[in-house]
Amino acid sequence: MSTAEPKPRVAVITFPGSNDDHDAALALTRLGAEVLPVWHADRELPDVRAVVLPGGFSYGDYLRAGALARFAPVMDSVRALAADGGLVLGICNGFQVLCEAGLLPGALRPNHSLSFVCRDVPLTVERTDTPFTARCAKGQRLSIPIKHGEGCFFAGPELLPELERSDQIVLRYEGESPNGSVAGIAGIVNAQGNVMGVMPHPEHAVDALTGSTDGALLLGSLVDAARVDAAEPAAV
Amino acid sequence: MRATVLVRPKPGILDPQGEAVLGSLKQLGFAVDDARVGRVVDLELQNGDRERARADLERMCKQLLANPLIESYEIELVEEE
Repeated sequence: MSTAEPKPRVAVITFPGSNDDHDAALALTRLGAEVLPVWHADRELPDVRAVVLPGGFSYGDYLRAGALARFAPVMDSVRALAADGGLVLGICNGFQVLCEAGLLPGALRPNHSLSFVCRDVPLTVERTDTPFTARCAKGQRLSIPIKHGEGCFFAGPELLPELERSDQIVLRYEGESPNGSVAGIAGIVNAQGNVMGVMPHPEHAVDALTGSTDGALLLGSLVDAARVDAAEPAAV
Repeated sequence: MRATVLVRPKPGILDPQGEAVLGSLKQLGFAVDDARVGRVVDLELQNGDRERARADLERMCKQLLANPLIESYEIELVEEE
């Protein structure tokens, strides 16, 4: 193996009000990625095949969580990357932004309890054939923290069966959903499988010092996929 | 021209805010069966033409003020005095 093998490049976007961008960058760096920070006002993404929209409270969660961030200048490039098959992962607020932007189906509503929930939750991996869960085993139980006030995933009576049928539900809360999400949904992918949103925070579960390291399975899968994508010649 | 946009959670959508308000109203002894909490957006429009203003407001609602998946909206144009 060549020692000069280039690291897979992953962009992490910072919106005004993002607060998990540094943790996401740190986790991805430790998992072997070269992280490129991107400011929301940048129109262009650097030359990457993977981008992470981190957690936080972009634009103060004004109007609806994620509703204003979807109009950030950088989002056109995120849309273009997603359309081109690039990998897009939205964590917590990033998930909310992707739903508002129409890159993922459904919507995230205030928690059923109206309380901000901050604790480790048990999750079940439903799919392992995605670029975000390849390091997991099917049915594997993960422990990853959530910390959100608006994580109640909503899909209407038409969308929910469609999500189940097309196998877009990747992570579910084990047992009772901590926020009222339909079908215990904690993470979904788009129909193409290259855009994922998760409410739990994998970037906060990568070091034994703070408890679980299960988050590394998800972010590590993304780094692996970005590496493979970078090694392959660009599709025409 | 002034306009008011009312945004409401669609029927059937879980509205925890409304449920909390309903619970508190009952606790205060009021006879209430249901409460839903929405949002009011008051706008001052540059456009003086009613038709244009209405068309703009529709687009504002669809693009930003409401999420059509979970919210309905109502537009009210306010006559200038």
